[in-house]
Amino acid sequence: MNPEPNLVDAVIDAVSAVFMVVGALMSLAAAIGLLRFPDLMSRMHAATKPQVLGLFLLLASVGLQLRTWWVWPVLLVAWIFQLLTVPVSAHMVGRAGYRTKHLHKELLSKDELEAVVQKAAKAARESEADDGGNRTA
Amino acid sequence: MMGVVLTVTAVALALAAAGAIIRIARGPSLLDRVLAADVLLAILGAALCIDMAVNRHLNNLMLVVAVSVIGFIGSVTVARFVADRREQPSEP
Repeated sequence: MNPEPNLVDAVIDAVSAVFMVVGALMSLAAAIGLLRFPDLMSRMHAATKPQVLGLFLLLASVGLQLRTWWVWPVLLVAWIFQLLTVPVSAHMVGRAGYRTKHLHKELLSKDELEAVVQKAAKAARESEADDGGNRTA
Repeated sequence: MMGVVLTVTAVALALAAAGAIIRIARGPSLLDRVLAADVLLAILGAALCIDMAVNRHLNNLMLVVAVSVIGFIGSVTVARFVADRREQPSEP
């Protein structure tokens, strides 16, 4: 079937070696980003690299090294699970960071949450004022 | 070739883990520490994956999934409690 199985083996080995090195460098890039970036939001941007692309590259290298077909669905399930959980935790951390003001506003190019927050605060103030008026009248 | 790859990835992951631990120790806020701990768990999962790939076994796969579950639950829980605790004093 395969004319040169050794060549195919070498190519698969090389591809998986490149995947492993790049996946490890993703972790290194995340650590450098954690150390160098100024605030929580930009650190979150750096932290997602090993969680998604790094894990994808490393799981792909596992699948390439094992050289069987049945492991690919298992690895895909592990990666999709990570894809489902990472945005949820990032959303929670980012929301808590925004609420506790762990961010540099001047570094944001667009703050879409601020209008919503101000609208909610205005509505709360108005309802409070209405309550006060009813009570005094 | 696998020996070289193992050395390079070990050095990269060790430096990355050191950086994440420095951020955990230094981080100005609790959320920075949570984020750095999440990255440290991702680095641990990466090391487990590289072990599986180099030695050609699948023993660690459930551990990788469990590590990602622990990171998810941990960061979500801590973020939730941070939001609750910091909100209380600001309310009149």
